Amino acid sequence: MRVRPFLIVPIALALSGCTGWQSALDPHGPHADALSRLFWIFLAILGTIWTATILMLLLALRRRRAPDADPLMTRPGTERRMTIVVSCAVALTVMTVMSLAVVSYGAQRVLFAHRDGPLTLLVTGQQFWWKVQYEDASPARTFTTANEIHIPVGEKVLIKLEAGDVIHSFWVPSLNGKMDAIPGRQNEIEIQADRPGIYRGQCAEFCGWQHAHMGLIIVAESRQDFERWRDGQIAAARAPDDPEAQKGMEVFMTKPCIMCHEIRGTSAGGKVAPDLTHVGSRQYIGAGTLPTTRGNIAAWIIDPQRIKPGVHMPLIQLAPEEIQPLAIYLESLK
Amino acid sequence: MSDLAAGKDELRDTDLSDAELSARLAKTWGTARGIIGALSTVDHKIIGRRYIFTAIFFLFLGGLAAIVMRLQLARPENQLIGPDLYNQIFTMHGTTMMFLFGVPIGEAFAVYLVPLMVGTRNIAFPRLNAYSYYVYLAGGLMVWFAFMLNTGPDAGWFSYVPLSGPENAPGKRVDFWAQMITFTEVSGLAVAVQVIVTVFKQRAPGMTLDRIPLFVWAELINAFIIVFSLPAVVTASAMLMMDRLVGTHFFNPAEGGDALLYQHLFWFFGHPEVYIIFIPATGWVSAIVVTFSRRQAFGYLPLVLSMISVGFLSFGLWVHHMFTTGLPQLGASFFTASSMLIAIPNGIQIFCWIATLWDGRPVFRTPLLFVIGFFFIFVLGGLSGIMLASVPLDTQVHDTYFVVAHFHYVLIGGNVFPLLGAVYYWFPKFTGRMMSERLGKWNFWLAFVGFNLAFFPMHITGLMGMPRRVYTYQPEMGWSTYNLLSTIGALVLFVSFVVFLYNMIASARRGPLAGDNPWDAGTLEWATASPPPPQNFNRIPFVINREPLWAEREKLPVATGLAVEKRELVVTTISEARADLRESSPEPSIWPLLAAIATTIAFVGSIFTPWAVVWGGLLVAFTLVGWFWPKNNKEDEA
Repeated sequence: MRVRPFLIVPIALALSGCTGWQSALDPHGPHADALSRLFWIFLAILGTIWTATILMLLLALRRRRAPDADPLMTRPGTERRMTIVVSCAVALTVMTVMSLAVVSYGAQRVLFAHRDGPLTLLVTGQQFWWKVQYEDASPARTFTTANEIHIPVGEKVLIKLEAGDVIHSFWVPSLNGKMDAIPGRQNEIEIQADRPGIYRGQCAEFCGWQHAHMGLIIVAESRQDFERWRDGQIAAARAPDDPEAQKGMEVFMTKPCIMCHEIRGTSAGGKVAPDLTHVGSRQYIGAGTLPTTRGNIAAWIIDPQRIKPGVHMPLIQLAPEEIQPLAIYLESLK
Repeated sequence: MSDLAAGKDELRDTDLSDAELSARLAKTWGTARGIIGALSTVDHKIIGRRYIFTAIFFLFLGGLAAIVMRLQLARPENQLIGPDLYNQIFTMHGTTMMFLFGVPIGEAFAVYLVPLMVGTRNIAFPRLNAYSYYVYLAGGLMVWFAFMLNTGPDAGWFSYVPLSGPENAPGKRVDFWAQMITFTEVSGLAVAVQVIVTVFKQRAPGMTLDRIPLFVWAELINAFIIVFSLPAVVTASAMLMMDRLVGTHFFNPAEGGDALLYQHLFWFFGHPEVYIIFIPATGWVSAIVVTFSRRQAFGYLPLVLSMISVGFLSFGLWVHHMFTTGLPQLGASFFTASSMLIAIPNGIQIFCWIATLWDGRPVFRTPLLFVIGFFFIFVLGGLSGIMLASVPLDTQVHDTYFVVAHFHYVLIGGNVFPLLGAVYYWFPKFTGRMMSERLGKWNFWLAFVGFNLAFFPMHITGLMGMPRRVYTYQPEMGWSTYNLLSTIGALVLFVSFVVFLYNMIASARRGPLAGDNPWDAGTLEWATASPPPPQNFNRIPFVINREPLWAEREKLPVATGLAVEKRELVVTTISEARADLRESSPEPSIWPLLAAIATTIAFVGSIFTPWAVVWGGLLVAFTLVGWFWPKNNKEDEA
């Protein structure tokens, strides 16, 4: 990718747990906790087995022994002793394997026991971004966003997974394991964050050119903050007051942008690309590729293929004086 | 001793002195000079040598692809290559290593060694053997030429639909991948059949089932796994080709197809595939452990039974590649149990080898060094495999660098280290010269250190959230140091292969002469000259022990009575290996090459038009008619 380093404002580093924000070893929810505990149990047992096997091997190699003998001669006593030792080792293997299978099955039952959470999302994997739809009993309270999922802390959230084109896999390691999004099917995964924070996830099933830049972030916040955010997202975009932004809106509405993108409250109603109604409120553009700044938005519009080669957004010819207002407008969509 | 024939008019091996017999048999079984002679040969040793050479050549190509990937991943947001080239290269790496190196290398050693180790003069169906080699070579070259023309497959070595389907992968890239599968399939199945028949029907008299060398058992079991697993992948790739070429919708959910069906078919092959790569390596390990611990194998029967049960169990594991696809939980946990179960026979093998070393008197030459390296690496990879077998744990590590680390520990540890050991071990037999021990030690230590430096950190990057198959990553992810270490390790590993290559070339020219049995080993391939004469053995050995050369050091008992002036070999009964028939073995022929060319035309053509199957099929039929044209030979005598 051709992002110049200075473009990547290291917001991420300022966030809590910067090195562990996408790590299975840094769990922040009950599912990931259980998985990480399971991992350490397995590691301890399997590590012991490896060490024991290698010690046995080294002992076998370094042992002092009788001088040359006929390779076909076997001493019945030695044979018997070795048979006993090998049989014991095999029995131990059988017991270890069986107990690990039981431990694993126990964890599996806990992890995959779905309970209906109060919050249900439909996430659709697309090349190379995530469409996020918040469901609600009242149709007026459903809305669509992209690449950034807000959840209330300490609550179970059920995520239904679908795929728009090819197979993707939804994975936020600090919260839970992964689940594939497969065309023609719907899968489910549950997540829960125990602490407020920002957790990064990434597509885990190879999906084409920009599999590497198909990130998403989960923002876990208090119920209050979440409700405030949700109300903001449900609202349609406000018409801009700033004259520059108004000019940018005009550019947007008269260019091919509207063929693919939707901005609720305007005539832009395209459905194939990320919903931009509140794009300015999101932390990243390009599915976790660049922090949302006016400069990055402009750079993206000028040449998306340079930043994320293979992305489905085409290069749109814009006059130089159109780009700045357009970036201002999009940034203003909070 | 046994006598195979009563007095007939023909010249028998009983009529001649040793020197004259050897010269005459070499003439009967030899390969004609010149290019036509070389292309017509049906000598399993010549074809086996080509097979081994070609498979190792593809190993180097796949390794070069890996180096390019590692250089790209050395730094975050590196701009060495873009996503298009990266995706082609990682696909070529996986495809080459699995289909052009992993499957063929085991069979290549079988082609060379199995007839020698069972004491016969040629492999069964030697013309099919020639044909299978040419088809394999053509398939490998086809996909690499396509890559060089920027039409390399780019949907991964697994080519999951719908990413590889007609809508998401226009162009011919995936078609080359799918058709390469067909080439590998045809050649792989052909060799499997040859190996099975050779082991069942051409063992030297007296080589009862419990005297079959462990290496030969491994190759036999491997051949059966191939016969039962490869058809699944050819079904998958053929259906994919049809979806792409003639608009069937097997895998298109919009038309009632199913994207997961492809995964089931692919992994029904894909998991046994791992054992197709590993089982021959257990044969190499057994041979090396026995020879270099100077003791017969401890637990011959458990070792054989373990290999057989691994063969069976390998077909019950495929779903553990699909734990994150949303299958029913109870079904998935069944596959957890079966995946963990396979640790038991593999454990038995490891314990028996260690016991053999324990009671033996180990000789620390290069082949044994590589086997010791195999223990360190493979056991670790096997144990991390137990983590992957657990459904919940797998949801975290699946499709991450943890898995990349795991399967390189299993495949490089389980196949490549034994392979390097096997090359050092059998090189004297193949060439008549020893490889340098000094370079061998360099080779081993560079490979061992480089490998662990390259792949151990990947366990950590995977747990830290790095998915597989990404062409780059962002600096703030915290993966940069580990990736740099991996790249340095990969370069060290690469240097070890340069040493290996240099050692092979230099030793083939100037290495000290080996003699018949430089390691003082016990199996039959060491009973003949190095390299072996075209007829393999002047007189067919009569086997009275599992390690014939250890039982009878002075002079092997032989079975006599075979014709000298025509290609004749002994067919024995399946379990007791009693001499049953004298069977003639086919003469050299150019038709297998022509048939392979016709097959190639049909296969490559069908990437572009379905009609190539029709016209190419006719062409293949024509060459087969030539191949099997009656020669008016006197019927084989019973």
